[in-house]
Amino acid sequence: MAGDKMLFVIVIGCGRLGANLASGMSAAGHSVVAVDSRQSAFDALDSRFSGYKIEGDATEFAVLQQAKTVSADLVVAVTDNDNVNLMAAQIAATVFKVPRVVARIEDPRKEDIYRALGIETICPATLAGRAFMASLESTPPKGAHNA
Amino acid sequence: MNVLIVGGGKVVYFLCRAFISKGYSLTIVNRDSAECAWLARRLKAVIVHGDGTDLQILEECGAERCDAILAVTGHDQDNLAICQQARIRFNVQRTLAMVNDPDNEEVFRKLGVSAAFSTTRIITSLIEQRTGFEDIINLVPLEEGKVNLTEVVLRDISPVAGRALSDIALPENSLIAIVTRNGSPIIPRGGTVLAAGDRLVVITLPENMGRVIKLLTGGR
Repeated sequence: MAGDKMLFVIVIGCGRLGANLASGMSAAGHSVVAVDSRQSAFDALDSRFSGYKIEGDATEFAVLQQAKTVSADLVVAVTDNDNVNLMAAQIAATVFKVPRVVARIEDPRKEDIYRALGIETICPATLAGRAFMASLESTPPKGAHNA
Repeated sequence: MNVLIVGGGKVVYFLCRAFISKGYSLTIVNRDSAECAWLARRLKAVIVHGDGTDLQILEECGAERCDAILAVTGHDQDNLAICQQARIRFNVQRTLAMVNDPDNEEVFRKLGVSAAFSTTRIITSLIEQRTGFEDIINLVPLEEGKVNLTEVVLRDISPVAGRALSDIALPENSLIAIVTRNGSPIIPRGGTVLAAGDRLVVITLPENMGRVIKLLTGGR
């Protein structure tokens, strides 16, 4: 993120990851709106969060309008449903022309389609896979100890 | 024509029955195995059990060979994912989706889906047409929303009541297609004289619709 500039950020999905992101961004001084379809999800936000909470389904256009998506600098779509993330991210990028949109996806096979639609993705499975591979590659073969 | 349909329920069953009678060749994807078995017993179609938003399932269904895909699951986000993958990965020319949120008709079109239909919007519009409380009713959008079909009721104050069509200077790209008077429709010609109480079906492009309505009703 660009230096100390305050951003208007919308976090869609307030689960473990979303709540963490929203709280962290809010603590860093950004203006944050958290969106989740369950009111109880906002319990996961910590005391550092001073933004707005909107209870609503992010696939409902009126909810994205209410969140003022049109003025957002960044939209992060991190619900636990890939297709909800894909839809909210596309609407943010294409209809509301949000300059930066990042979505979390569970299914790595969907990464291509997001890329084709101009949406940045973060896939925990791919990242974890890479980290495991890197860690495995640095493991010395068993025979090395006996050499 | 090869059509791939993703979804379930009676909607899919009756849609497929209609399509099969038109001679289309159908593949249906449904994620409920019992429903797949039920459909398979009743329809002459290829039934695939699986998640239609899954790329691999779409590939197995022969998405790349189909002329159109119809996404009619109960979730807007799934229908969008199906249409986008079909369009981008399998180059399907016609992607159609059913949506719950009426706003998503326009949103989906902006995102590249060929056409989206909201049952809520269709039912609302049908009820308006049947009850006729409104003077101006938007009927169906044609050509992916690039043409409007509108019903206008002429009141006593209408500046065109009592005038022949040939005397009315309609803006370009607009047409009075049907005049319904006392329940009987007329396809009007230049000599047709409009009267208060007439219901007109008007075809316009969206950009001049406002002017046409103003000309016919005198207001708005």
